[in-house]
Amino acid sequence: MSSFGNIVKKEIKELLTPATIIPIFVIAIIFGSIGTSMEGIQEEFEEIPTVGYINEDNSSFSNIFTSYLENNSEVVFNSTDINEKEEGLEQVKEKEGNVLIIIKQNFSENILKDIPGKIDLYWIMKGAGIFDTISSEVVEKLISAGTREISKNIIETNTTVNATIALNPTSRIDTTFFKDREIGLSPGTIAGMLASQSTFIPIIIMMLIIFSGQMIISSMALEKENKTLETLLTLPVKRTSIVAGKITASAIIGLLFAVVYMSGMSVYFQGFQFSEQINIAQYGLTLTSGEFILIGISLFLTLICALALSMLLGTFAKNYKSAQTLHFPIVMFAMIPMFATMFVDFDTLPLALKSIIFAIPFSHPMMAPRALLFNDYTLVISGIIYTSIFAIVTISIIVWVFKTDRLLTGSVRKKRLLKFKRQR
Amino acid sequence: MAVIEVRNLVKNYGTIEAVKGISFNVSAGEIFGLIGPNGAGKTTTLRVISTLLTITSGSVKIMDYDLSKKPGEIRKIISYLPEDAGAYKNLSGKAYLEFIANFFEQGKKQQMVSKGIEISDLDERINDKVDTYSKGMKRRLLVGRALMTEPKLAILDEPTAGLDVNNAQEIRRLVKDIAKKGTTILLSSHNMLEVEFLCDRIALISDGIIIEEGTPKNLMEKYNAKNIEEVFTKVVK
Repeated sequence: MSSFGNIVKKEIKELLTPATIIPIFVIAIIFGSIGTSMEGIQEEFEEIPTVGYINEDNSSFSNIFTSYLENNSEVVFNSTDINEKEEGLEQVKEKEGNVLIIIKQNFSENILKDIPGKIDLYWIMKGAGIFDTISSEVVEKLISAGTREISKNIIETNTTVNATIALNPTSRIDTTFFKDREIGLSPGTIAGMLASQSTFIPIIIMMLIIFSGQMIISSMALEKENKTLETLLTLPVKRTSIVAGKITASAIIGLLFAVVYMSGMSVYFQGFQFSEQINIAQYGLTLTSGEFILIGISLFLTLICALALSMLLGTFAKNYKSAQTLHFPIVMFAMIPMFATMFVDFDTLPLALKSIIFAIPFSHPMMAPRALLFNDYTLVISGIIYTSIFAIVTISIIVWVFKTDRLLTGSVRKKRLLKFKRQR
Repeated sequence: MAVIEVRNLVKNYGTIEAVKGISFNVSAGEIFGLIGPNGAGKTTTLRVISTLLTITSGSVKIMDYDLSKKPGEIRKIISYLPEDAGAYKNLSGKAYLEFIANFFEQGKKQQMVSKGIEISDLDERINDKVDTYSKGMKRRLLVGRALMTEPKLAILDEPTAGLDVNNAQEIRRLVKDIAKKGTTILLSSHNMLEVEFLCDRIALISDGIIIEEGTPKNLMEKYNAKNIEEVFTKVVK
């Protein structure tokens, strides 16, 4: 073999380690999953929306609107009697529809008098994630197109109507039913209001988990690489003190980092808030001090879980390089719930996905703020119980590992054992 | 009184038998050396005695404490210096000694640190970060760390590894001195001159078995050898 070939062969062997291969494959899988999700969004955009309507006016313009609905959506309820509103809402909910549209009395008459015709929209909102609001966006388009049909008719047949009204012949009042609450806003506005819960909080928590996990895995790896661990383990100190000490130190530094990142990120996000501000508290969507404490407990326990899991993985690290590979599951487990929380609402997930998201201990503080805004204490408290158990079990396993040979001997595969024996 | 009592010690790594049933005693104030070729089981034996590894079978007692039952008590009276040990790079030499001293009786902390500084003999460099130390300086710091606590039993794996002749001699002198003051020393070394100079008794270990044991003088007589190196080559052959 030539010198060149010899060097190339050696370099490839050095570079193609699990530490370089695994992240590439995982990133490919992530991009694949995102691509598949995007196809799903496109399909949802192309889906015909499911609606119900009550045409209280039952006149020319209102009939143009309802005809458009009949032709361009799946109508699961229609009536002309306002007293059937509750039944209509039930039907829409049952058929997993998005909205009950009520065209109010004197709709056509008002338009002809240059007064916008009134439409009441009763939305059924399933979740506040980015993906959850797609269906309501589709309905918004449907309503706009229906209104445009009225405009066209006005322009073609009634030249006396004011141009402004001809172009915008309707006015609407939105009411959204979301998580057992009735909110006088459209789903899009609600989702916008909850954007900080949907994006800001999961990102911060993900960063906190990744940085803290990185610190503790590196600490374990450096203890092994710098050969300080053996000395530490022969000192008169309990294994639990070593484990707790490392976790506490990383938690303190991690929280410090989180505060710094949170400050920077809040300034960053404020830069994007150009539009009119809607006070979330005005609609009863506020957190009490008790609820903030619950979020704090959830965050603290998740941090402990992240650190414990990282430390457990760190016990398998041989050196700093291998620690980077071992950190990868933590990154993945932090990113999955982050994306899930950003794009979908926990309540709208299928049972299998719900179980996966719940089982990842890092999901809980990401979901907690939104859940508590809508008084979903069951999810938050069960999450706190689960993360407590997860943390206790993981720390117990670490303490057990610290008491066994595994911490120093690592893998017990025969090949490595032979190598280890030769080194003695 | 025996400080170390090892009986039929077996240590396996999975299916690999590293130590195959060795027995020996070490008395108080004695310097006992384990010598043998690479992979003979020396470091494994030292790691077991220093509570780092669990016992597969057999028993080890340190000052009457059963190693399997009371590892916590044993850690209070021993000090282990691994062959390739390191110190925390971001700490100064002094801060490292203070960190270690904090695990022991608080009343003696200052005394321990002073002793560690004295043994390390790093002068002003003791206040510099460990990261800036040469290999020899690090080793002296670690020897200082191991001996500053005045342990009942010091377990030293290649105590002079990486040191130049002068530093190695100084460490050997320190080990002798500390043994005279009552500390029992269990050490392993590849340096036969060191073993001959330091040890009251030695055990030759090969393939996990002690194949010879005695004072250097007796072993040299038995094998009609001029030095321990010759004994070693004759026994291990």
